[in-house]
Amino acid sequence: MGILEVKGVGKRFGGLQALGDVNLSVAENSVHAIIGPNGAGKSTLLNCLVGKLIPDTGSVMFDGQSVLGRKPHEINQMGISRVFQTPEIFGDLTVMENVMIPCFAKRDGAFELNAFSSVFGQADIVARAEQILEDVNMQDKRHMHSASLSRGDKRRLEMAMCLVQEPKLLLLDEPTAGMARADTNNTIDLLKQIKQERDITMAIIEHDMHVVFSLADRITVLAQGTPLVEDTPENIKGHPKVREAYLGETAH
Amino acid sequence: MDAILLQILNGLDKGSAYALIALGLTLIFGTLGVVNFAHGALFMIGSFCAVTLSKILTLSYEVVDETQKDFLGNPLKVKTPYVESWFGPEAGGAIIDWAVPLAILFAIPIMISIGFIMERGLIKHFYKRPHADQILVTFGLAIVLQEVIKYFYGANPIPTPAPDVFRGSFDFGVLLGFDPNAIIYPYWRLVYFGFAAVIIGAVFAFLQFTTFGMVVRAGMADRETVGLLGINIDKRFTIMFGIAAAVAGLAGVMYAPINSPNYHMGMDFLVLSFVVVVVGGMGSLPGAVLAGFMLGILESFASMNEVKSIIPGIDQIIIYLVAIIILLTRPRGLMGRKGVMED
Amino acid sequence: MLGLNKKDMSLLLIVGALALLAPFILNPFPADSAMAQFNAGYPDLMQRFVIFGIFAIGFNILFGLTGYLSFGHAAFLGVGSYSAVWMFKLLSMNVVPAILLSVIVAGLFSLVIGFVSLRRSGIYFSILTLAFAQMSFNLAYSVLTPITNGETGLQLTLNDPRVLGVSQTADGSIPVTNLFGMEMRSTFEMDLGPWLFQFNTGYYLCAILMLLSFYLSVRIFRSPFGMMLRAVKSNQHRMNYTGLNTRPYTLAAFVISGMYAGLAGGLLASMDPLAGAERMQWTASGEVVLMTILGGAGTLLGPILGAGFIKYFENIFSKINDSVLHGWFGFMPDGLEDFIVTIVHPFVGKGWHLTLGLMFMAVVIFLPGGLIEGGQRIGKLFSRKSKKSDGGDAEHHPKQTPHVAE
Repeated sequence: MGILEVKGVGKRFGGLQALGDVNLSVAENSVHAIIGPNGAGKSTLLNCLVGKLIPDTGSVMFDGQSVLGRKPHEINQMGISRVFQTPEIFGDLTVMENVMIPCFAKRDGAFELNAFSSVFGQADIVARAEQILEDVNMQDKRHMHSASLSRGDKRRLEMAMCLVQEPKLLLLDEPTAGMARADTNNTIDLLKQIKQERDITMAIIEHDMHVVFSLADRITVLAQGTPLVEDTPENIKGHPKVREAYLGETAH
Repeated sequence: MDAILLQILNGLDKGSAYALIALGLTLIFGTLGVVNFAHGALFMIGSFCAVTLSKILTLSYEVVDETQKDFLGNPLKVKTPYVESWFGPEAGGAIIDWAVPLAILFAIPIMISIGFIMERGLIKHFYKRPHADQILVTFGLAIVLQEVIKYFYGANPIPTPAPDVFRGSFDFGVLLGFDPNAIIYPYWRLVYFGFAAVIIGAVFAFLQFTTFGMVVRAGMADRETVGLLGINIDKRFTIMFGIAAAVAGLAGVMYAPINSPNYHMGMDFLVLSFVVVVVGGMGSLPGAVLAGFMLGILESFASMNEVKSIIPGIDQIIIYLVAIIILLTRPRGLMGRKGVMED
Repeated sequence: MLGLNKKDMSLLLIVGALALLAPFILNPFPADSAMAQFNAGYPDLMQRFVIFGIFAIGFNILFGLTGYLSFGHAAFLGVGSYSAVWMFKLLSMNVVPAILLSVIVAGLFSLVIGFVSLRRSGIYFSILTLAFAQMSFNLAYSVLTPITNGETGLQLTLNDPRVLGVSQTADGSIPVTNLFGMEMRSTFEMDLGPWLFQFNTGYYLCAILMLLSFYLSVRIFRSPFGMMLRAVKSNQHRMNYTGLNTRPYTLAAFVISGMYAGLAGGLLASMDPLAGAERMQWTASGEVVLMTILGGAGTLLGPILGAGFIKYFENIFSKINDSVLHGWFGFMPDGLEDFIVTIVHPFVGKGWHLTLGLMFMAVVIFLPGGLIEGGQRIGKLFSRKSKKSDGGDAEHHPKQTPHVAE
C-alpha cells in the first residue's frame, strides 16, 4: 500500500477526456516520476491530487484518507506540498518571511488571530526558518526581497518553503522547466540532497528525461489520459511502447 | 397586462443608457484590459455637448426696439439669435429647436478626440499597472473632468429640451388595443430607445463585418496571439477607445432632454453601469447590453407601487441586490467568459 | 517597549508627540497676521484630522495589507455615526457607550458584508462592496427613515428619553456630549503674545484614541496575522497551497477595518451629535481610498499623513477666494495680477476638488507609493553619500504598489 493511491480516476472537460481510468500507487519514501507527451493529462492528474480539480470518477487516497472534495489548503495540511512549474513565492516579502509564512500557515492554518504577537518573537519558528535556509544554502540572502532573486534561487526558495512544512509528499510540477543545463543540474543535486537528508516521498512530473532518470525510483508513463506502463527507469528506457509513444519524439 | 407593458417601456430608456455606457466600458475593458472609472464622465461630457451646442445656437445680439416698451416703460431690448438672423426666423428657429439631435454631429468629433487624448495621454501608461491603479487614476480623472464641467457650467442642472415634435407623449396602449391613456409614453424616450438600438447595432455590425472589427475581436479573445501575427493591435485599440468614448458621449447627448445635465450625473451612472458590466459578465459585449436593459426594466418594475407595498424600498436597492445575487451565484456574470479578472 | 521594536517605538512616539502638540504645531502664525488663514489649530479641524486618520488607518489594514480594495467603507462610518447618535438619544450624552456601540455595530455590519463580499476577489470584490454601500445609502435615505431620519439626518431633540441623563438641561437646551462630565466642546484657550492656542477636550479624546488605533495597527502589521495578510496580497495562489485558509484571515482584516471606520463614525457623532446618509455615499468611500493612497498604502504612517493632508487642504484651499488671491498677488502689475488670479481661481475655493483630483492623479501616476515614498526619495537624494539609510517605515515594502488581490 503506497502513501498515495490513485484508483480509477477520470476527468472530462466538455468533450475532451483528459484522464481516463488512471491507477497509480506511490510507495512511501520513493521518488516517483510521471512522464508523458504534451496533453497526456499530467497536469490534470496533478491538479486532481492537490484539490484544484475534482475528478469525475475514481478515488485518491493519501495516507489512508481521501483527498477528494477537500480544498487545496486542507490537502496541504494533510502533508502534501507542491512546487509549481514557475516558482510561486511571495515576491513582495523577504526570503526569511517567505519561509516563515509556511510555518505559521501550517500551525495556524484554520484560523488563529495572532494579531498582537510579534513575528520575530516566535523563537521556534524563526529557528526553523533559519535552519531550512541553511539547508538550501540561502542564509546569506535571507534579508533580500524574494522578487529580486535569480530564477534558480527562486526555485530553491520555493523548495525551502515546501520543506519547512515537513510534508510527507512533495509534488513537483516540471521543476526544471525552462532552466539552463547548469541550473537543472543544481536542482537535481538539491533534490538528491533533500531525499538523502529526510524521509520524504516525491512525485515528479517532468519532461526532461535527464532529470527523470537521475532521480526516479519508479516511472509511470501517461499517454492520452491513461497510464501506459509503470516500471523502474531501467525497464522504461528499453520499453518499446514507451519509445514509440514518447521517447522517440523527444530524444535529447 | 398594460401595467406590465408600461413598466417595460419605462425601463427601456434607462436601460438603453445603461446598455450604451456598459457597452463602452466593456469595449475598453475587453480590448485594453483597463477598468475605466472615468467612463461615466464621458457620458456626462456628451450631455454637456448638447448643452453647449444649444448655447452656441442661441447666442444672440440685442437690439433696442423703440416701438415697444417693457413694463417699466423703458424701450424693450429684443434678443435675436444670430442663427435666426442668418437663416431667417423660420429655419433658424428650427435649427435651435433641433439642437439636441444636431449635437450628435457636434459631439462625435469631440468625443473621439477626447477618447484619443485620454488613451494616448494617460491610459496607455497604465496597461501594465495593476487594476487597482487603473481604477484609481481614472477615478481621479473623473473627479477632474466633473470639476472642470462644474466650473464652466455651474452646479445646477441645465434643462435641455427635445425638439418640439417629440415633446408630447404617445398613447401606446391604443395601438395595442388597450384603453386610451393606459400606456402613455413620451416620444423622446421612444426616440432614445430607437437611437440606442441603432448605436448598439452599429457597434456590433462594425465588430462583426469589418476586418478592423475582426482583428479587435480576435484581440479581445487572445491579445498575445494577435500581437504575434504582426498586427499593430495597440493602434486599433486606441481607435476602439475613441469609439467607446463616442458611444458614451452620444448616449449622453440624447439623454440630455430626459435628465437635465448636471456635473455629477456621470458618477451616478458610472456606479450603476459598473454593476451592469459585472452582472453581464466582464468582457462580454452582448452581456453588457442584455444586463443593461434587464436592470433598467427591473428597476422600473421595482418602482411600481404594488411592488413597493410588498417590499418597501426595493426600488432603491433592486439593482445592487441583483448584482450581489448574480455575483455570488454566477461569478462570471450572465455571459462572462471564464477567468476574466479572476486568477 | 510595548511589544514594539525600536524603530516602531520611535515612530509611535513621533506620532504621539505630533498629536499631543498639534494645537501648537498647527498654529504657527500669529492670530492677526495675514498668514493666520493657514493655521489649522482650531478644534473642529484638528478633530477631523485625527478622526479621518483613524478611518484611514483602519482602511489601510484591509487595503494596505491584503490588497482588497473596498469601495464601500463609508457605510461602516455612517453606521457608526447613526449608532452613536441613537445612544445619545436613548441612553446618555456620555460618549463612552456611544463609541462602544458604534464600534460593535460597525463590526457586526462589516462581518455580514465582508462575509459575502470576500467570496470574490479583484474588481468583483470592489463592486460588491460598492453595491452594499450604495444599498445602505439608498435605504438610509428612503425606507429606513424612522431610524435615520432620511434627508434631514439624525439629530438630537429636546424630547429624547436619555434614560441615564436628562432630556434637556435646566435652561431648556439639548445637553452636550461629554466624557464623564468633561464636555467635548470645552476648549481651553491660551494667549501667548500674538498667538492663540486652543486645547479642546474632544480633540484630545480623539487624539488618544487615534494613538491607540495607530499602536494597534503597528502591532497588527508586525504580527504573524499581518504577515499572513501581506502574503495573501503578494501571492494568494501560493497561499492556497500553503495550508492556510485565507478567507477567515481576510474577513478578520475586513472586520477590524470596519470597526476602525465605526470608531471614526462614532467619534464624528460624539464631536457633533448628528448623522446623515451622505456620510455613507460612495464618494465618501472614495475619499478614504484617496487618503490611504495619497499617504502611501501599506505603510504605517501613510494613511495618517494622507488623511491630514486631504483634510487640511480641503479646509484651507476651499477658504481661499478671489480677494485673498488679489491680496497675495497685489505686488504685481495690475494686468498680470488679474491674469494670475484668473489662472489660480479655478483651483481654489469651490474648485478645490479639482486640485484634489489632479493631485490624486499625479500621485497614482508618479508616486504609487504615496507621500511616504516621495519623502523617501527626497531623503535618499540628500543622504546619498551616507551609506545606506532606508526610510524607516516602509522597510518591508519599498517597491510595492498597491494592487487588487487576485
